[in-house]
Amino acid sequence: MERSAIELKMVDLLVEELGIERDKIAMTSKFEEDLEVDSLGVVELLMALEDNFDVNIPDEEAETITTVSEAVDIVEAKVNA
Amino acid sequence: MEPKVVLVTGASRGIGRAIAAHFGSLGHKVVINYASNAEAAEESAAAVREAGGEAMTISADVGVAAAVDAMFVRIAEEMGPVAILVNNAGITRDDLMLRMKVEQWDDVIATNLRSVYLCSKAALRAMLRAKWGRIISVGSVSGIAGNPGQANYAAAKAGIIGFSKSLAKEVGSRGITVNVVAPGFIETDMTAGLGEEVTASAAANIAVGRLGQPDEIASAVGYLASEDAAYITGQTVVVDGGLAL
Repeated sequence: MERSAIELKMVDLLVEELGIERDKIAMTSKFEEDLEVDSLGVVELLMALEDNFDVNIPDEEAETITTVSEAVDIVEAKVNA
Repeated sequence: MEPKVVLVTGASRGIGRAIAAHFGSLGHKVVINYASNAEAAEESAAAVREAGGEAMTISADVGVAAAVDAMFVRIAEEMGPVAILVNNAGITRDDLMLRMKVEQWDDVIATNLRSVYLCSKAALRAMLRAKWGRIISVGSVSGIAGNPGQANYAAAKAGIIGFSKSLAKEVGSRGITVNVVAPGFIETDMTAGLGEEVTASAAANIAVGRLGQPDEIASAVGYLASEDAAYITGQTVVVDGGLAL
């Protein structure tokens, strides 16, 4: 899957699942500092990613994600594995 | 409330059966989990259907992670995601603490407390997606006031309270409430073996002067699961006829 397709879906999920304003989201955005996503929100986002892309993101890897592009990195790696 | 999937652990008899039947009477889809007594579990399922709900039975040791995960997968496939979780499964292995073996301690903690963590964790995913959920665990006055011979049981039941308060704070913003119902002396197989003398002496210390009925615990659980109780979370509702006063 193309990275750009993943990025688009990621933004959609951030808007739909976490209620974040679309124009606030950049690939470099940090979940907690820039987007005000609390720790539970990051877990929810990852669950939505798992369901949407039909992948499994183990807790140890999930814990390393702090920015939107890091989340895209992990999904890209799993989807294209 | 439209029909929801309700999982009641340890529902083959006693309080669990009464809780299952109560949700059946409210028209819900009830999953009856049991450890080994398939026949009794089927009787609970019949009680649910008679009361007006749908029912399925599923055997799983709720103290074991793999068994819990497999159970939730099967429930999702056959009935849908669990919206209301009632952690009722519980055993006693009473003994004076000084004589209590490690197995007695471990078994009670596993079935009564680890199960609450395992089942709540498994249920939370779907509840978070739905932004709605109810996690209700059955505690005990034993866990609040202590009880000689029940250091293990009381520890597990008290642990459920701390767990529920913490989880309530974590997930409250997602429309999920986490509460405990703490029964006193209820007429079930668990208290049947106590003997007339103990029962009579217990009743003398109970304000309403009698043991409780499983239905009286079920209705408290039913209330906490309702929309009316959406502002109640992290609480322990003591249903003991005024014993632990």
